[in-house]
Amino acid sequence: MAIRILYFAALREALGRPEESMELPESVGTVEALRLHLCGRSGAWEVLGRTRNLRMAINQEMAQPASPLKDGDEVAFFPPVTGG
Amino acid sequence: MAVRVQTEDFDAGAEIAVLCAASPEVGACASFVGVVRARDGGDGVAAMRLEHYSGMTEKACEAIVAEARRRWRLIDVTVIHRVGELAPGDRIVFVGVASAHRGDAFAACEFIMDYLKTRAPFWKQECTGRGSRWVEAREDDDAAAARW
Repeated sequence: MAIRILYFAALREALGRPEESMELPESVGTVEALRLHLCGRSGAWEVLGRTRNLRMAINQEMAQPASPLKDGDEVAFFPPVTGG
Repeated sequence: MAVRVQTEDFDAGAEIAVLCAASPEVGACASFVGVVRARDGGDGVAAMRLEHYSGMTEKACEAIVAEARRRWRLIDVTVIHRVGELAPGDRIVFVGVASAHRGDAFAACEFIMDYLKTRAPFWKQECTGRGSRWVEAREDDDAAAARW
């Protein structure tokens, strides 16, 4: 399954990229599994394990850790929002 | 109903005039304008940058306005949020709500702001004399949104 991942704000800076496309292994079926998969890259990626209140979205809707992923999804990781 | 995410400034007076003229039923218009503080805590703020998740931002704001319309009797709503580079004193956000009576307009305006601050994907970065820093989310904002 192929997905697109977006990163925002402090997370985008820490990871040095705004987005990437990725072919997921069969074992990665939820947004939480994806987060752990990315943390496994180690180095800067460990930020995905220590960002307090990390937020996740699938196809521009807020997602929960157990939210399932499907082919073609746009997934986003970001810190708590601070607009307004 | 209008939700706009833009780099340009807005004219709050003109926006309020449009809301007041939305219908002959309008008897109240409540509005809020958020402004870039020149000082936040101890540090002077030289500039602010607002990042957002284009696409999701508009959807999230529209969902917040739709929720406000479910909860109160509203005639028209305008939400404008600026993004990009801003300077101290610049306007950041406008929320305007028109209704027949003031109670609905006051409550919905505050509700929309509280929800915007916790649910719409915008992030502020402040540039101070000591470099730039991402603004931390405030627990007060979560508490403000939770009371609705």
